[in-house]
Amino acid sequence: METQKSIKLVCITKTFGEVTANDAVCLEIHAGEILSLLGENGSGKTTLMNVLSGIYAPDGGNIFVNGNKVTIRSPKDAFALGIGMIHQHFKLVDVLTAAENIVLGLNENKLVDLKNVRIRVKEICDRYGFVVDPDRKVFDMSVSEKQTLEIVKVIYRGADILILDEPTAVLTPQETDKLFAVMRNMKADGKAIVIITHKLHEVMEISDRVAVLRRGKYIGDIPTGDTNPQELTDMMVGRAVSLNIDRTEPQNLTERVTVRNLTVRDIDGVKRLDNISFTAYGGEILGIAGITGSGQKELLEAIAGLQNIEPGASITYLPREGKQVELVGKTPQDIKNLGVALAFVPEDRLGMGLVGNMDVSDNMMLKSYRSGKSVFTDRKTPRELAQQVVESLEVMTPSLSTPVRRLSGGNVQKVLVGREIAGNPALLMTAYAVRGLDINTSYTIYRLLNEQKMRGTAVVYVGEDLDALLELCDRILVLCAGKVSGIVEGRTAKKEEVGLLMTHLGEGAKA
Amino acid sequence: MKQIISLIQAGIVFGTVILFGATGETLTEKSGNLNLGVPGIMYLGGIAGLIGVFFYEMNTPVPNKLVCIAIALLCAFIVSMLGGLLFSLLTITLRANQNVTGLTLTIFAGGFANFFGGSLNKLAGGVGQISVAVTSAAFRTTIPGLSNALGSIGQILFSYGFMVYLAIAIAVALAWYINNTSVGLNLRAVGENPATADAAGIHVTKYKYLATCIGAGISGLGGLYYVMDYMKGTWDSDGGIERLGWLAVALVIFSSWKPKRGIWGSYLFGVLSWLYFYLPGLTRRSMELFKMLPYLVTVIVLIVVSLRHSRDNQPPTSLGLPYFREER
Repeated sequence: METQKSIKLVCITKTFGEVTANDAVCLEIHAGEILSLLGENGSGKTTLMNVLSGIYAPDGGNIFVNGNKVTIRSPKDAFALGIGMIHQHFKLVDVLTAAENIVLGLNENKLVDLKNVRIRVKEICDRYGFVVDPDRKVFDMSVSEKQTLEIVKVIYRGADILILDEPTAVLTPQETDKLFAVMRNMKADGKAIVIITHKLHEVMEISDRVAVLRRGKYIGDIPTGDTNPQELTDMMVGRAVSLNIDRTEPQNLTERVTVRNLTVRDIDGVKRLDNISFTAYGGEILGIAGITGSGQKELLEAIAGLQNIEPGASITYLPREGKQVELVGKTPQDIKNLGVALAFVPEDRLGMGLVGNMDVSDNMMLKSYRSGKSVFTDRKTPRELAQQVVESLEVMTPSLSTPVRRLSGGNVQKVLVGREIAGNPALLMTAYAVRGLDINTSYTIYRLLNEQKMRGTAVVYVGEDLDALLELCDRILVLCAGKVSGIVEGRTAKKEEVGLLMTHLGEGAKA
Repeated sequence: MKQIISLIQAGIVFGTVILFGATGETLTEKSGNLNLGVPGIMYLGGIAGLIGVFFYEMNTPVPNKLVCIAIALLCAFIVSMLGGLLFSLLTITLRANQNVTGLTLTIFAGGFANFFGGSLNKLAGGVGQISVAVTSAAFRTTIPGLSNALGSIGQILFSYGFMVYLAIAIAVALAWYINNTSVGLNLRAVGENPATADAAGIHVTKYKYLATCIGAGISGLGGLYYVMDYMKGTWDSDGGIERLGWLAVALVIFSSWKPKRGIWGSYLFGVLSWLYFYLPGLTRRSMELFKMLPYLVTVIVLIVVSLRHSRDNQPPTSLGLPYFREER
């Protein structure tokens, strides 16, 4: 066995312009231990780990490895110290093969010697239980394969301190279990692992110790065995927070939107949605579960009028006041005016719905600039709305006039969801509304969705976290490869049952 | 038959100019830098080589051919690299917009070269047209024996100056370098995804600078070849280099960023560009239609490649984008 490594971060400070991301943070990492780094969005977890892995240069503070003071100026320095980070957005080159990605930047030989790489990759895979095909190109890989490749890459480089930034955010429950098994193998092998995650049940399951950050400051650390989710949440938020989703019984159910025989093809003619039929009621939350890319996006967009729908489909919609209307064939603008709101949070968060270079109030204005009679736009109302969203959702921004792009991912999302809810919709569709959000903000959003439900809004909630889906939704529609695999009751369904429906077509598909 | 051989020869000479340009630009673009200053860089290479040998020939009673060639190559390469350095400084360090910078570089270098070209003509006095006869002859020396033996094959393959073979050699070497060496792999990664390359410990800025400067140096040789071989050692400010420079940019796209594909692509462009000259019965009007062919072929290739969705034939993903590590 090599010597037991330990890393000590002392008083690390990092600022971005006016925002202090890390304020004199101290942290210890030990070999043979899994440490969870916990904190709300924008609390500086990722920044801190980026400092440790050489991506950001700290403005102050010291790093000690085995008691010796070190300076980490670049990722290369970090590798030399055995520190490897698996980023939330994978650092892989799509057009290269797995093996090429692994040796990238190593310059072991003058010529690229893939034969040797294959042998060593196989050794690593056998040791920890990975499956990686070294000759596969990255653009052909699934998310979970890419993640495995990232881990293998870091180990290949001799890392014995692994930092995983929200590794489970994109995985199915089965894939998460596999990842955790591998992490335990690595721990047993004497490696130190730091995992950043928002999911408290994962923290409890996998980690030995938890360190908590709040608004860039270090709050404390605690052995996982001595704590519970409630205490951790309170540490993270700084006050007591209720961890229960208040699921009221649906009342006054009214048929809000009925989808019949909906089929959508993409540009290549591949069916993304195949003969989908369901009804969403006002006064309930309809969850939509499925592996990423099973047609969730297309479904919401079809209702919002953004997709080309194959003939034979009907989408009937009942506004709060007025008669039933057919949505197929209407323009997105008309549909929006009928009270249909769509808050889609794509993987890059800024891709749809918000404009990165515009500030919070201008982004609010995107929805309202058409209204009003004057040739000049009304800037006052959007600014008030922005103020309101920033306050009620605790958006961390230096000011209302900061470009949204500069905010941390979670805060960007709060702005988007806050704006859609503020429109007082009759049908509110959200996709991945809590993706990457911390626990406190997630619950704020759940609460907002529940408020909408009680106001008689039909809420369609596309989610990734099955636990949250099962706690929040009244019914869950499970998609599998563009088909309805089944519709289950949120109160009685089991997680395993939903997980199975996600991967295999259930009986609902035959009906 | 003679017509066809003549067409092929003209095509290869023409193609060599743009092959240099395209090979250099491919190297640059592999690092994610879109240098639209290729025509300008070729201007720089042409004028620098010309100035260098002009003064050498003027001040030496009996110029040595090898020295002439060395001076021309060196001057062209170094000044073109300075052009690339200017582009790098603006786009990599100062993160200026690459398209704007490239176009500006073309305009600047065109004016720069024509200004000094005109001055040289004045210096040369007499008929108002300079000529570096010795150097030009050296550049156009063919391999003794081979070009006359072997009949028409010899004429097609061996009737050129050494720069034609140098262009092929550089293109082949570049292809090998990019695909087989660790440095080449790193370079591809920088152009595809600089953040990833950075996280893998690759010095992104260094790679971008080197690729852009060396790429510009290679492109500049195209300008030198144009002046020494194509124009037989004279300067002419009718914008011929610029036209060929844009063709070189088109050739990079045509070859889908593969230097070896650029070799035959450049000859194809050359043949297509000269076709109007060899087809009988063309009017001035229909001639212009035939001059469009290389561009038309590029458009068709672009359409076919886009339709096939092949990830292997795409431009480097971060082409034209600046990289700043701490950008959020």
